[in-house]
Amino acid sequence: MSPFNLAAINFVWLPILPLVVVTVAAMAVLLAGVRVDDSESEGLGLLTLASLAVAFVFTLGILGQYGVAFAGAISVDSFSAFFELVILIAAMFTVMMSLDYAAENRIPGAEYYSLLLFSVLGMMLMAAAGDLIVIFLGLETMSITVYVLAGIMRRNAKSNEAAIKYFLLGAFSTGFLLYGIALVYGATGTIKLGPIHDALASGAMGSNPLLLAGIGMMVIGFGFKVAAVPFHMWAPDVYEGAPTPVTAFMAVGVKLAAFAAFIRVFMVDFASVGAHWQTVLWVIAALTMTGGNLIAVVQTNIKRMLAYSAIAHAGYLLLGMAAGVRSGPAILYYLLGYTFTNLGAFSVVIALERRGEAGNQISDFRGLAARQPLLAGAMAIFLLSLTGVPPMAGFVGKFYIFSEALHQGYVGLVIIAVLNSVVSAYYYFYVLVAMYMQEGGVEVERLSARPALVAAVGLAALATILIGVYPQPYIASAANAFHSASGAEGSHSAALEP
Amino acid sequence: MNGGLLTALIFLPLIGALFILMQSEERAIWNSAFIFSLLPLALSFYVLAEFNPHVAEYQLAEQYDWIPAFGITYHIGIDGISLFLVLLTTILITLSLLYSGGGDIEERPREFCFFMLVLETGLLGALLSVDLFLFYIFWEVMLIPMYFLIGMWGHGRKIYAAIKFVLFTAVGSLLMLVAILYLVYSAHEHFNRTSFDLPLLYQVPLTVTEGRWLFAAFALAFAIKVPMWPVHTWLPDAHTNAPTAGSVILAGVMLKMGTYGFLRFAVPLFPTVAVEAIPLFMALAIIGIIYGALVAMMQPDLKRLIAYSSVSHMGFVMLGIFALNPEGVDGAIYQMLNHGVSTGGLFLLVGMLYMRRHTREISEFGGLWKRVPVYAAVFMVVMLSSIGLPGLNGFVGEFLIMLGAFLRIRLAAVFAVVGVILGALYMLWTYERVMFGPITRAVNETIGDLTGREIAVMAPVIALMLFMGLFPRPLISRIEPSVTAMLARANVAQARLELERQPNRLAALSPARQISNRKPEMAAAAR
Repeated sequence: MSPFNLAAINFVWLPILPLVVVTVAAMAVLLAGVRVDDSESEGLGLLTLASLAVAFVFTLGILGQYGVAFAGAISVDSFSAFFELVILIAAMFTVMMSLDYAAENRIPGAEYYSLLLFSVLGMMLMAAAGDLIVIFLGLETMSITVYVLAGIMRRNAKSNEAAIKYFLLGAFSTGFLLYGIALVYGATGTIKLGPIHDALASGAMGSNPLLLAGIGMMVIGFGFKVAAVPFHMWAPDVYEGAPTPVTAFMAVGVKLAAFAAFIRVFMVDFASVGAHWQTVLWVIAALTMTGGNLIAVVQTNIKRMLAYSAIAHAGYLLLGMAAGVRSGPAILYYLLGYTFTNLGAFSVVIALERRGEAGNQISDFRGLAARQPLLAGAMAIFLLSLTGVPPMAGFVGKFYIFSEALHQGYVGLVIIAVLNSVVSAYYYFYVLVAMYMQEGGVEVERLSARPALVAAVGLAALATILIGVYPQPYIASAANAFHSASGAEGSHSAALEP
Repeated sequence: MNGGLLTALIFLPLIGALFILMQSEERAIWNSAFIFSLLPLALSFYVLAEFNPHVAEYQLAEQYDWIPAFGITYHIGIDGISLFLVLLTTILITLSLLYSGGGDIEERPREFCFFMLVLETGLLGALLSVDLFLFYIFWEVMLIPMYFLIGMWGHGRKIYAAIKFVLFTAVGSLLMLVAILYLVYSAHEHFNRTSFDLPLLYQVPLTVTEGRWLFAAFALAFAIKVPMWPVHTWLPDAHTNAPTAGSVILAGVMLKMGTYGFLRFAVPLFPTVAVEAIPLFMALAIIGIIYGALVAMMQPDLKRLIAYSSVSHMGFVMLGIFALNPEGVDGAIYQMLNHGVSTGGLFLLVGMLYMRRHTREISEFGGLWKRVPVYAAVFMVVMLSSIGLPGLNGFVGEFLIMLGAFLRIRLAAVFAVVGVILGALYMLWTYERVMFGPITRAVNETIGDLTGREIAVMAPVIALMLFMGLFPRPLISRIEPSVTAMLARANVAQARLELERQPNRLAALSPARQISNRKPEMAAAAR
């Protein structure tokens, strides 16, 4: 595709319209916020929410389109649209959680919301990337903004600690990813995903040492971003220290974007050399599930617990990746359910939180069911979904991934996973115990004065149930999205039929 | 297809549960909960009237696509195996709600009624599911309300008991989920379509090794629920600490889900392995019968005593199921109903005592006969039913089970008789210590006899005991066809096994050599 072809240029601007909207919005928010007081940032938040909604509508327009843009730098397919939509949903929820939180904690609104938008831009770039450089660009845009967001509460020591830790380890891991990209480029002679796919599929590579080293480095780089054991050390401290909406955004948005790129590169383009990386992911998946769940059991801080739970869920997703191409749709569906469930859980955590640290202990949830039955009921829905109890979305997600993995003969890994689910039941149910069977805890204040937060909890709860009880359309769109990615770069369609 | 009768039966309680969430006045909550439990009760009797006793297959079936991507359908139906368990569920839920509204549950009645009705939906759904995925959903759904019932309204170490209950059950069910997925995968390999529909899955050919592993996974999940020795340890804790209504439903219906699972899934899905496993399961059942009875004898706490007696009684049910002949399996199903009625009744009676004295220690009582004669008389009938006195329901079930076991392995019946004797022993001894002798505690002088509401709760229980003891025929005749159809699969497997062992004796295939060629009339005559 020649860059001078006018028709091509006409074509390429449309698919990146959502990205443009987000970019313009980020700058507009920054400018509009110059004169806004830190404690009155709700207006900026609403502006952010509106622009995200516009981007969401534009992204819907991409669904069904198909091809590459910007000379192959951007993939236009339902895969990128699917992830962009889910990332935008996650961002909108984050804004809804932030409206009061940011004002109350005197977080500088202009910086906060524009950084959020820039980081959404990075995430969407990762989802839509058509070559390895764009993946890297997206990753850096996302990561650098999230480092700042983690430390945006400047007077809070833990927030600062979180930012520094995240930055140092994150920068380190980015190095791995970049080095991996360079080695893969060295081996295949291209950074474009389509040609890489074709080069590997031709079988000419064999076990080229450059390629193997490159794949290994990239596994480490992505492993850091999705917080897989043993690259997870940063996650709990960062999740605990960061402002809670940012934690939610990291646990969902960053994970979505990282998995989008991880899945596209590995399950589509590296699929033909799966023998080289699937075993590695098998081990990482087993370690991640087991490590995350076991350490979560002893946590007393809800944010740390959710951090380890997020690690464990990354393990279930990696299980799907390790099992090979067939599980692709299952992973996408799982991520969708995980998004709503986790965002809901974090919204409830924010509802309980007060200035400072109070409200973040699991013991603070004691007696919540008696004082706030609806809030506790919603939290129960999220916890049951995280555990994987039907009919919530989390159950169907696990069911889908496990069943696809089983179909591909990964019985051992699936058994490890279900035993891990039993372990996870222990700590998730412990929050239920605190809410329903114990007394004490903190009062929830001014819930009625925080309509956006209440809406976030309610919508997330509804979505968690709906996606679980009537999963068919979401399964179909996940399958469609995954197949469009693998179809866009040729082949596999035979292996993908359900 | 037929007006969605069974769908209405399953989801009416759920609608009631949501309706109750909107109520705030306590009296209104209890009344609406009771009414919403009466509706499925009435509906279940209508189902009984509609039920055709001569058909072995699923009746009143409904089937709609649910998740076509996985080949999952909303497929429900009722047959002779599930029919009376459905009735048992609706009856016991209604009685429990009637009882609990009388002062047993004082805190948070709205949540209590909500969870009871959600539990009813879970139980009925699990009993009526024909699709394995649907069954698994309901199987898990019924776990959650019971967890809350124990943890929120229990006594003593309620949180420990609730968590233990969840973890034990979860281990079994999740491994069963893996087995379900594997089975569906094998079906896909063979029939080239993904389906969770039970009738199709019955026909999946499996290798011997696959069959053994899958059977093991299913059997573990169900054995934990039954509970069979040695995976019974969650039961005494759960029962002792649960509120009365929780114990009634737990013992009355939920344990039956385990034995029902064996009848509906583990045995007919893997008949060959089930036939191979007869000696193992009969041995475990007998250990359970005798162990449960011995431990029950030594319990100082009334609820713990009944809990261990459940281990013993459910051992009888397992013995009947693994006799794998019509007598044994009919008896097992009958005994499931008996145990539900009599143990449910016992837990209700202990609950009534606990409400008056706030203790369940046997040593705290004595001489109650003089103070509360009506209570003592009711207790007597329920206890005798639990022991298996002829004329009451317990006898019919135990007799059929022992007949079945005798026909299968004679020695097993001998041990089972020992269990019956021990059962009579601990029950009568308990009755003596609680009811007879002088009144040793001054507080016992002041306790009152049964209230009108309590009599209303116990009267249906007594009526059921008498009816089921005197007229087993209407029940057995409806149970029988489905059991025969189920056993036909085991018979084929049995014949095939014998053929493999003695390949030169083709006679093994003849009907005369099948597990049991006794006609139903003979079993009836034996009664």
